[in-house]
Amino acid sequence: MKIIHLSLFLLMNAALLAQPGQSEFQPVTEIPASEQLPSAPLVIAAYAFVWLAFVAYGWVMWRKLGQVEQDLNTLAAQLAKKRP
Amino acid sequence: MRKAAFPLLAIAGVLFMTAPLVIARARYESTMGLVQKIFYFHMPPAMLMLLSAIFCGIVSAMFLVKKRPALDWMAYAAAELTVLYGAMAMVTGPLWARKAWGVWWVWDARLTMSLLMWMVFVSYLLLRRYGGAGSEILAAGLALFGMATAPFVYLSVNIWRTIHPLTSVVPTLPVDFALALWYSFAGFLLMYIALMMLRMSVEQQRAMLDRLYLESDE
Repeated sequence: MKIIHLSLFLLMNAALLAQPGQSEFQPVTEIPASEQLPSAPLVIAAYAFVWLAFVAYGWVMWRKLGQVEQDLNTLAAQLAKKRP
Repeated sequence: MRKAAFPLLAIAGVLFMTAPLVIARARYESTMGLVQKIFYFHMPPAMLMLLSAIFCGIVSAMFLVKKRPALDWMAYAAAELTVLYGAMAMVTGPLWARKAWGVWWVWDARLTMSLLMWMVFVSYLLLRRYGGAGSEILAAGLALFGMATAPFVYLSVNIWRTIHPLTSVVPTLPVDFALALWYSFAGFLLMYIALMMLRMSVEQQRAMLDRLYLESDE
């Protein structure tokens, strides 16, 4: 069994060694369709980012406004209690 | 101010929801195809980033002279919106560039100067956040520097060699392209005004809160 494994390993290595290495890169003027980057995900990502940025900023504003209003109400109530 | 912001927000929301329909009706650009449609969500925030930077600078200069708190609130809001719109322009731009130019980013004059201007306004916000008392004066000075970069950012594509489209693209757009662009621009502009109002009302309320705290101590 070991001999079979060893022979297979040597054969595989021989097959790999038999392949010639790439000696140069050759440019092409037209990229094959399979290699081209699709546009739709990029367009969707751009629109989605803008929407998400607005929603996130609006949400932060909303929270800040709510917090300040809450503080104002609490303070106004405290001041009303202090007054004779 | 806050009540006036909500109708504007609603109109801007409707414009944003319908903008993709208007944009979809515009023809494809001959060399870039579908990816050029990012332009309608890239140019408006980029242009508003520049206008907002100029606005922030002018209002800051007025604040330095007159020392009115309302001018400071306006400058703070404008700086935040410059950063927000700048982030939009700087994310949508590379998404377009990846397909159109084959790279996400190039260090050409327009992109580099836009990034630098954006960073000036990020530093404005950091200064306001962590600068402590008196930071509004320093930040107003910083806003003047930020404003000074805006014309260079706009003209950079005409002055230096760059692969970014020139400023002549917008005035020469075909009607359907221009319609989609200005429709989208209207949405971004209304959203800008509405968010500016909301942001200013937060600062107004905070100032009122500080005054009440002082009164309660006395």
